[in-house]
Amino acid sequence: MREELIISGRSNPYIDPHLDIWHWPIPLYLFLGGLAAGILFFAALFYILGKEESLKSVVRKAPIVTPFLLVAGLGALFYDLNNKLYFWQLYTVIRFESPMSWGAWTLMVITPASFIWAALHIREIFPRWEWPWHWAKRAELFFNSHKYVLAWIMVIFSLILGVYTGILFSAFNARPLWNTSILGPLFLASGLSAGAAVTVLISRDRSERIFMTRIDLIILVVKLFLIVHFFMGFLASTQVHIDAARLFLGGPWTAPFWVFVVIVGIVVPALLEILELRGRHVPAAIPAILVLFGSLMFRFIFTFAGQESRWLY
Amino acid sequence: MRYAMAVDTRKCVGCSDCVVACQTENSVPVGYCRDWVVEVTDGTYPQLQTEIRSERCNQCGNAPCVRCCPTGSSHYADGGIVLVKPRRCIGCGACITSCPYDARYPHPDGYVDKCTFCIHLIKRGQQPSCVAVCPTRCIYFGDMDDPNSEVSRVLSHRRYKSLIPEAGTDPYLYFLL
Repeated sequence: MREELIISGRSNPYIDPHLDIWHWPIPLYLFLGGLAAGILFFAALFYILGKEESLKSVVRKAPIVTPFLLVAGLGALFYDLNNKLYFWQLYTVIRFESPMSWGAWTLMVITPASFIWAALHIREIFPRWEWPWHWAKRAELFFNSHKYVLAWIMVIFSLILGVYTGILFSAFNARPLWNTSILGPLFLASGLSAGAAVTVLISRDRSERIFMTRIDLIILVVKLFLIVHFFMGFLASTQVHIDAARLFLGGPWTAPFWVFVVIVGIVVPALLEILELRGRHVPAAIPAILVLFGSLMFRFIFTFAGQESRWLY
Repeated sequence: MRYAMAVDTRKCVGCSDCVVACQTENSVPVGYCRDWVVEVTDGTYPQLQTEIRSERCNQCGNAPCVRCCPTGSSHYADGGIVLVKPRRCIGCGACITSCPYDARYPHPDGYVDKCTFCIHLIKRGQQPSCVAVCPTRCIYFGDMDDPNSEVSRVLSHRRYKSLIPEAGTDPYLYFLL
């Protein structure tokens, strides 16, 4: 039997035996960022479409959580930096070739936008809220009169944020499992469905819940379709890509991926949502929580499995 | 000017002197290395063949680490050598992830570190420490643009390969076969 034996004298911490440089803060941030992108996208989109009154929770209430999500995500990112004191160097250049530079600047736009949007709708939670400062009142007037522009900025930058979390991975040709541009749409779809799930959790209005459940169901089906494409693309590609796909097709990540991401995160909530839309009584929180759990697991599994995939030479 | 290195896999005995010389010359933290020795045994017993390679950063012409660096800390220096500016590095790990050769590592001081072809020695007209120390003289170094440099001469009459050129990195570390 032909055999190949590779002995390497290298054993750098976090590099060998396989890459282990990105730990839990990265997938956590990807989840929080994608989730915030999803919530902000629907809020701004339905505001632009003039549905503010019929979809109150989507447009006004749900976005109030996004500043917290984004700040927590940024905190996780900062925690993961090894040279924390130099983080400001991100904002001294714009590097078009680096997805991380794109992401850093996108966050610089979308985070303040989420704060402003949340502040404009703070009365959804505290009905008698009054800003104690004069400048804040003037700022509120200003942004209220330019809300349409703000909504367009949010639509565009939330889409960039949602896609970029996937592009960040797909730009690394050194990790074959990540090296597919389908990851951009896949991460966006995952973020949007998570965002829709949160609005379903927050909404108290049945017709609004049904509407968002229907959107969530469509996105879940698209996501399933993208996952099928993901494997088709890999299995028709080079040996390193076939080996990478095998991590999920018989390899060590097979059970976590198919059980948590596909079955628990997509198939089961999609079936429950179909039952709900057919008029059966299903507690709305169950599919929503499963979708959120699936989105989180999707990012954790992709981050860790991707670091195990590599070129062999 | 384009610096390159060629390692003779037929002369290398895998003694790891290059590794120790590099660690000493560049004060590489204990437990880490910028260069390393790989032994690949291939074939069907008893017809086995072993190749010994002293590996390090490939100083790629199309370096994914430079491309993905969000701050411009990873850059091309004179002669195509890929370097890290520690005071611009935020330690995000993108370059480490982007390297198909896994040639970079996180330095305990926070920044990312890698082989520099001993640029500080080259500037003084000396050879990189791994080249200078090699007891079998199996590492050749020099300027690819100069047809009379040691590396150009050895590559002109020997068969050679580079590692995973199909990754599109345009590597400048060659292995003589």
